[in-house]
Amino acid sequence: MTDTTATTVDPRPDHTGAGHRGDTLLELEDVHVFYGNIEALKGISLNVARGEIVTLIGSNGAGKSTTLRAISGTHRPRSGSIRLAGSAIHNLPPHEIVSKGIAHSPEGRKVFSRMSVFENLQMGAFSRHGERIDDDVARVFDLFPRLRERRSQKAGTMSGGEQQMLAMGRALMARPSILLLDEPSMGLSPILTEQIFKIIEEINAQGTTVLLVEQNALMALNAAHRGYVIQTGRIILADTAANLAANEQVRQAYLGEI
Amino acid sequence: MQPWMKRAAFLGLLGGFGALHVSLVGMVGTFQARDFISGIVTVGSVLPMLIAILVGWRAGILQRDTDVAPTPSRALASGAVAGAVVGLVLALLCVIILNVDVDWIFVNARPQLAEILLFGQGIGVGSIILIVGGALLGAAGAALNVVSGPVARTVTIAAIVTLLVSLMEPFLGAVFRNLSLNVVDDFLYDRGGLTPIGFVLVYALVAAGVYAWATRGDRARARVEAMPPDRQRNLKLGAYGVIVVLLLLLPLIVGQRLSEVVGTVGIYVLLGLGLNIVVGFAGLLDLGYVAFYAVGAYVTAVLTSPASPAFSPELPFWGALPFVIVAAAMVGLFVGAPVLRLRGDYLAIVTLGFGEIAREIFKSQWAQPVTGGAQGILSIPPPLPFDRDPQSIYYPILFFCILAAIGASSLAASRVGRAWNAMREDESVAEATGVNTTYYKLLAFGLGAAFGCVSGALFAAKIGVIFADSFNILVSINALALIILGGMGNIFGVVLGALVLVGLPEFLREFAEYRLLIYGAVLVIMMILRPEGLLPSRVRRAELHEDEGEDDAQYAAEAGEETGKPVVTT
Repeated sequence: MTDTTATTVDPRPDHTGAGHRGDTLLELEDVHVFYGNIEALKGISLNVARGEIVTLIGSNGAGKSTTLRAISGTHRPRSGSIRLAGSAIHNLPPHEIVSKGIAHSPEGRKVFSRMSVFENLQMGAFSRHGERIDDDVARVFDLFPRLRERRSQKAGTMSGGEQQMLAMGRALMARPSILLLDEPSMGLSPILTEQIFKIIEEINAQGTTVLLVEQNALMALNAAHRGYVIQTGRIILADTAANLAANEQVRQAYLGEI
Repeated sequence: MQPWMKRAAFLGLLGGFGALHVSLVGMVGTFQARDFISGIVTVGSVLPMLIAILVGWRAGILQRDTDVAPTPSRALASGAVAGAVVGLVLALLCVIILNVDVDWIFVNARPQLAEILLFGQGIGVGSIILIVGGALLGAAGAALNVVSGPVARTVTIAAIVTLLVSLMEPFLGAVFRNLSLNVVDDFLYDRGGLTPIGFVLVYALVAAGVYAWATRGDRARARVEAMPPDRQRNLKLGAYGVIVVLLLLLPLIVGQRLSEVVGTVGIYVLLGLGLNIVVGFAGLLDLGYVAFYAVGAYVTAVLTSPASPAFSPELPFWGALPFVIVAAAMVGLFVGAPVLRLRGDYLAIVTLGFGEIAREIFKSQWAQPVTGGAQGILSIPPPLPFDRDPQSIYYPILFFCILAAIGASSLAASRVGRAWNAMREDESVAEATGVNTTYYKLLAFGLGAAFGCVSGALFAAKIGVIFADSFNILVSINALALIILGGMGNIFGVVLGALVLVGLPEFLREFAEYRLLIYGAVLVIMMILRPEGLLPSRVRRAELHEDEGEDDAQYAAEAGEETGKPVVTT
């Protein structure tokens, strides 16, 4: 597949799967986010290297989704810095952040329910004004064959799993260098969850960096390279996914073991 | 009493209340002056008849829980009971009117009303006519449920069209006379209504047309769809061509006096197209749209009128137009920017306030040196340098309407239209997919404002005189009502809505007094029977009927998921 956006400073991947892991792609430093007077994030620092799957696990209300919203610009942090490939993005409006290469698949299968599957995907590529999207649509349909069958079906009439696939596919249409996934397994059956995680790994293998927020810590740690544990707005643990999965504290709190 | 009879009687009471209402507010009396079928039935007595038919129709839809078997005869009986109750209520009204002096409470409750309702008979015979007639009409209404679908549709639509043709006598008659078709006029119309022969002819023609369409329409459509695409396009272009030619000839067809009305409809079409961008496309409920209309009118008046207090070198209409559009965009941004963060109801209330503020400013002492305050601005020149005759003013209005329609439809199909669509569905997700919501909201406000301002400019030039009080909230409501009625998001819907809500009342002078009552009734009925409007856009229809029939698909899909059927298959 040829990259039609071959500019010199394009942080987007070339989809060849030859992701050069190592250099830091996304970096959060001491990010504080408030909802009114309530401090939801009390100084989050984390980084994601190019080509990684990094997961952010934690309980309900710990600040996982808020972290993603801060990154995608839909909720601006009060202080701290967020950098993408070295340049600060925390003061940019959401649409500019999308065109810089961060795509956010929001929590709760937020698809445009009255649009068809294809129209949803078309909206996903909204930031890429004037480019051809046929290849990207084909790529999404290869990842999610089920969507191809339902190409002209209205998104709201599909099952929860299909809507989740569509939300992910729509995010991919922006050709992001990093994909923010918010609870992709929420409300799905175990079989479907497994499928979704397989696809996440596949997306990553094709060269897209993934920051994954999950309550299903076991699945998330299985898929991820590294992980952060977030609790009441603070990062309390950071390690490789394998170490976190083995960590006694994590096992008790998040993996349901006593 | 059996349950179905109870229900029918209840519906009859409701209908009776409606019939009381139209009688006591004076509609029956006013419309008595107009014949529906000359010498046989007046429009005044058609009103209660329609109510009897309507409740009969409703009562004829038997409910499963009240009836063991919804047989046709039971449906007819049910309708007859409901209709008879309507007649009974009216008969009681007549008894009261004739015996007690109540016109100090209800001005219209005079013996004349009783005479109309009783068909000129005495109370004894008249009451029997009312009740038996009501029962028959109710049964006829119920029969619509018994006969087959196409037949019922044919009968109903033909009746409605015939009634409209009769009501539009002042309009159609004038058109025929204007075209020197006096023969047709004499043949069809007499004393403000259809002649009996005219009635039969119109009804038969419409019924034949509707029935043919109901039974063979699908085949005709299939044949058009089977044509090769370029022929389909030619057909479409041909149809548009015919429409444009008709529109160009319209002032000549309808004549001098009615061109005035057609011009007013055109101004509202333009207003509706502009509001449709804001409300229908972008989903921002703007109740202060009149502000833009007022700005357009005032900018035109100040720049072009020699009587305007402020600006002395007078521009021609077309010279003022660029300033109007600039002013529009500025006001659009001025109103749009502070309300960007508001959604839904809050936006509606704030824009409502803006509309009122605009009017008060134009009227105020403070603005008097520019706007003339309460005196308004007089002697605004017409857009074309001829006399101010409605036929020549029509053409600029038509020009802008066509321009606006083309503009709006190409916007809807473009990237901008997609962004609006996404914003209307879910603003935060639209934002997350990279839609600059601030920009697209302001764009909607700005474009809507431009359309509204041009509409106001044409209004000022057409009327020649403007006062701040012409720009009241009713203009906003009219514009909103016409896009709701016509079908939100659809351009033909806007035109149809303007014709029905602005055009019809102008043609039907008797309606003027009851305009708002009829508006209200029409909108309520529309929201119940067809919330997507007369000519809905595809998306709107989907939005308003999304819970019908699609749930099943979703359940089926989810059931498949539950049973662990493989979901991702190749």
